[in-house]
Amino acid sequence: MEEKYIGHSVERKEGREKVTGRARYVDDLAFPDMVHGVTVRSSVARGRILGIRYGDGIPWNEFTIVTAKDIPGANEIALILHDQPCLASEFINHPEEPVVLLAHPDKYLLEEARRAVRIDVEAMPAVFTIEDSLAKGTIVWGEDNVLKAYHVDKGDVDSAWAAADVIVEGEYRTGAQEQLYIENQGMIAVANPTDGVTVWGSLQCPYYVHKALMPLFGLPAEKIRVIQAETGGGFGGKEEYPSMIAAHAALLAWKSGKRVKIVYDRAEDMVATTKRHPSRTRHRTGVTRDGKLVAMDIDLAIDGGAYATLSAVVLSRATIHSAGPYVCPNVRIRSQAVATNAPPHGAFRGFGAPQSVFAIERHLDQVARAVNLTPEELRRRNFLRKDQTTATGQIIHEDVNFSGLLDRAFKESDYHAKRARFEKENPGATVKRGIGFSSFMHGAGFTGSGEVYLASVVEVEATAEGCVRVLAASTEIGQGANTIFSQIAADALGISYDRIDVAQPDTGAVPNSGPTVASRTSMVVGNLVEKAALNLKNTLVESGLLCDACTEDEFVRACKRYIETRGTLRARAKYEPPPGLHWDDTTYSGDAYGTYAWAVYVAEVAVDTVTYEARVSDFVAVQEIGKVIHPVLAAGQIEGGVAQAIGMSLYENVVWREGRMANGQMTNYIMPTAADIPPIRVFFEEQPYPFGPHGAKGIGELPMDGPAPAILNAIENATGISLREIPATPEVLMEAMAEKAGALV
Amino acid sequence: MRAYIPAYDLRVPGNLSEALAILGREPGVWQPFAGGTDLMVLLEAGKLSHRKFLSLTKLADFRGVEVTSGAVILGALTTYMEIQRHPGLQSEFPLLCTAARETGSIATQNRGTIGGNIVNASPAADSPPALLVYDAEVELVSERGVRWLPYHGFHTGYKKMQIAADELLRAIRLPRRAEPWKQYYRKVGTRKAQAISKVCFAGAAQMEDGIVRGIRIALGSVAPIVLRAVRAEASIRGKKITPELIAATKDILGHEIAPIDDIRSTARYRLRVAQNLLAEFLMQLAR
Amino acid sequence: MSETVEKIEIACLVNGEWRSARVYPLARLLDVIRGEMRLTGTKEGCGEGECGACALLMNGAIVNSCLVPAAEADGAEIHTIEGVASGDQLSAVQSAFLECGGAQCGICTPGMVIAAAALLARHPHPGDAEIREGLAGNLCRCTGYQKIFTSVVRACESGREKSPGNR
Repeated sequence: MEEKYIGHSVERKEGREKVTGRARYVDDLAFPDMVHGVTVRSSVARGRILGIRYGDGIPWNEFTIVTAKDIPGANEIALILHDQPCLASEFINHPEEPVVLLAHPDKYLLEEARRAVRIDVEAMPAVFTIEDSLAKGTIVWGEDNVLKAYHVDKGDVDSAWAAADVIVEGEYRTGAQEQLYIENQGMIAVANPTDGVTVWGSLQCPYYVHKALMPLFGLPAEKIRVIQAETGGGFGGKEEYPSMIAAHAALLAWKSGKRVKIVYDRAEDMVATTKRHPSRTRHRTGVTRDGKLVAMDIDLAIDGGAYATLSAVVLSRATIHSAGPYVCPNVRIRSQAVATNAPPHGAFRGFGAPQSVFAIERHLDQVARAVNLTPEELRRRNFLRKDQTTATGQIIHEDVNFSGLLDRAFKESDYHAKRARFEKENPGATVKRGIGFSSFMHGAGFTGSGEVYLASVVEVEATAEGCVRVLAASTEIGQGANTIFSQIAADALGISYDRIDVAQPDTGAVPNSGPTVASRTSMVVGNLVEKAALNLKNTLVESGLLCDACTEDEFVRACKRYIETRGTLRARAKYEPPPGLHWDDTTYSGDAYGTYAWAVYVAEVAVDTVTYEARVSDFVAVQEIGKVIHPVLAAGQIEGGVAQAIGMSLYENVVWREGRMANGQMTNYIMPTAADIPPIRVFFEEQPYPFGPHGAKGIGELPMDGPAPAILNAIENATGISLREIPATPEVLMEAMAEKAGALV
Repeated sequence: MRAYIPAYDLRVPGNLSEALAILGREPGVWQPFAGGTDLMVLLEAGKLSHRKFLSLTKLADFRGVEVTSGAVILGALTTYMEIQRHPGLQSEFPLLCTAARETGSIATQNRGTIGGNIVNASPAADSPPALLVYDAEVELVSERGVRWLPYHGFHTGYKKMQIAADELLRAIRLPRRAEPWKQYYRKVGTRKAQAISKVCFAGAAQMEDGIVRGIRIALGSVAPIVLRAVRAEASIRGKKITPELIAATKDILGHEIAPIDDIRSTARYRLRVAQNLLAEFLMQLAR
Repeated sequence: MSETVEKIEIACLVNGEWRSARVYPLARLLDVIRGEMRLTGTKEGCGEGECGACALLMNGAIVNSCLVPAAEADGAEIHTIEGVASGDQLSAVQSAFLECGGAQCGICTPGMVIAAAALLARHPHPGDAEIREGLAGNLCRCTGYQKIFTSVVRACESGREKSPGNR
């Protein structure tokens, strides 16, 4: 197949609307009969609701008021488990739990009313940390606070310690991180018993919302319709939480009979919606004197917050990535997601992997020091190669060349020369410079048998004019799904890119191609787009209207003739797993992912010893991601992910007070500005993956995994201080430096 | 938007006498509204308790920068952008220009004003340390008349200052110094742009044969008000900078400031960084 | 319930056209532009003057419209993203953003385009530090800013950018 568009940076499909301000996001939509909705939340972390009072001075008769008793169906936000209520009716489990919904035409008055609602709660003991939850002194979820646990066993760790010359232990921590998409979450709903429920909103996964609304209203699938508006960033933050807002808007619409819009302001979005799971990872690693890993014992815990939501899946990815891209005959991983009384933590780019990659990549630098090897040499001696197995026993069939990636990353970053130079220049300097790296992998697509369960479907439809529309539930959230699908379809059909368009995701009109998550959209759904397009072409060929090697004009004529004589011209494709993949959920072993992207990232830092501020001064990202479909979009994904990860590493600190985010403003939760991000230099190696479109693998989450350990390894190189937690704020660095200075006295 | 907007008033008087008449008639009822870059943030958060504001936007004599032989006089409504672009201020009062340039973003600098920054009385404000170092004076005007006060001492406690309810801050006067002073300014806010200070330090000194003749040190974000470190100054004045003097002065400064833990930083961090900045300033003087 | 004040009538020259609205005096200019005037290209990201998504030009200077009270915008000349292109003809900055991948999710893009245009109006050939400073008031969570920097450089190279007010 000719690659006329694949591999080329064509114009973003919806780019013109975006640069002119014409793109319509949910808050840009207005309807004449529309009213606004707000959510009234609990004020304590845990307790029993005693009553709700509506204060004086508000014309309550003008308001639509919804509480749990107004829910027509089941009071739950259906996801994996059914533990999270849509509106708390008796028990409060976190400080931002929704209890009452209000709607009114006047947005200003709504705020006055929201303040006038008092929820009386009898407080109950609560837990706020992984340690307190694991101690089980207070049980806040299920029988033991454990939302999910996994065991991975490879070889025999207990007997392997004897073969180790050195055993290195370490504990590593990562904090919560806010997705901080610039468009706040929002939904518009119409709902009534006759027509059912329709919602428009900012979201990643239309069919998640669809699934959640069915039991809530007790309505069949065809009575629920979910439509994605232009979406201003997601990063996982609009994976599961939109179901909650859609549910709330729909309940208000159901009761009021009006169209209801709920758009969060930044403060509500930051404190109430999901964040990255905080984590704590303990490593115990046995290594021989010559630097061969012989045993890895990993104990991993993540804080899931008050309800199960997606924690089981996040934990799964964290678990599988926790041993890194290294070969070790004996690996034991024990992992748990535990409940606390914070709002549920949720999906965020990387989905557990950034937490466990941080731990292993920081830890290996400690292991290297313990056996007197450079961080580079230790890794070279243990890199996973073709025909070797991962921690879950997956045999790698790809010709993975980590040493090659490392060589390229070091060359592009001038790693060795800089390391030598900094060593010479740092003594006596106020600003200490350092360079560090990480090597890592990211599994593309759903874990284990996930893609088989999803059974995604894509359709394509042609018009009589010879234009082709891709129908999928996969959403454009900035990553370029519309563009990539169009490139793939255009090349599959041999027609021009301008003839392709991608339908607005609408559960009433598009098949379920699965959620827009897990770096799966280009690789898995893109592959289905290609197959569906080829099936469409094949329909024309089989009907005798087209020969296989056709021109665009011939294609257009064939479409016209087909539609005139036979009606609709539509084709579909359904997911089929690549041959030979086996995954065992009970033993947590086998082929965890169809493929992985592999990467080596190098960070250079400058640490100011006057202010204890660390800045990233240069960044090199080298990765093997299969075929690059769109070089500009692909580089944009890597650069954006690296920037978010720099934020996670150095700047973004969620301040918790009794389960509540205390710094829920952009002024006080600080993400990097244009002045803080270094040059990010991105390099791709392309080794086509046979089961991705034109050989493409998933890349969206990869860049979130590697920067944090690379940056902290660089800080250690600069200062000799081995930090074990992120964010490495100046306050953290100051305490560590003070401790080190004290230790010297 | 958390505030109940219909409850808030903003009047826009066309000239000073109209504005002063409103303030004189109902003292305390109307509060001045300058660039609004802080008040509008409080409004958004539903935390703006005062309800009636008087916009100063049309008061022409609150604008402009006047340079005389003895002083530079800034209208209270001079924006951060106007300050940083003013050639005279750049050459003689560089710390103020740096402070202005490091306050918020360009969009904020186009709206935020020096007078607003003073009267807003945030202990984390970036310009006041520079104003203290430059021995600024402020002009207060009311129907009762006009008075000038030294800026040092103007703030008397957290959000408290020597301004009557019927007075407006009209201008800031910076005396021009005959001899060159060595100057130092550093804002520490973790992020390079758009940061709120965790510590802000301004210093200026007149050196003569290695001896510190004149010295001014001021800090933000380390006390309930932006602070002039007079005791640290006293320990340095008339002396030669030595490592022992630096160590001793750091200690004095440590007792002179009163930083706190908050959502942005810790008291320990602020204390240590304030001391480090002092040391960095003094070492620069010694060079 | 709190006492309420009277609405006031304001008029602004928006993208070359006089527009008026009856609004509360402390209503945010952002809400007046998006609500009363239905120009939704200007976005709300934070409401606290931090993200720059609501940036527009007021009397030629870039401001965050979430921090401007309606009463102070009375009589002002305003340029929003809707006035940047001439019909279907994109400005140099817009074309460059499209070409270089400067827009991903698009929500920061209107403010970013306004900030870039304001920067180029003052510095027709900005260096790296000037670009970073000029855009530091506009937060982008998608791009890591690299492709935005490239876009600005491309826009100066193409040299077609005019100040939005001077067309």
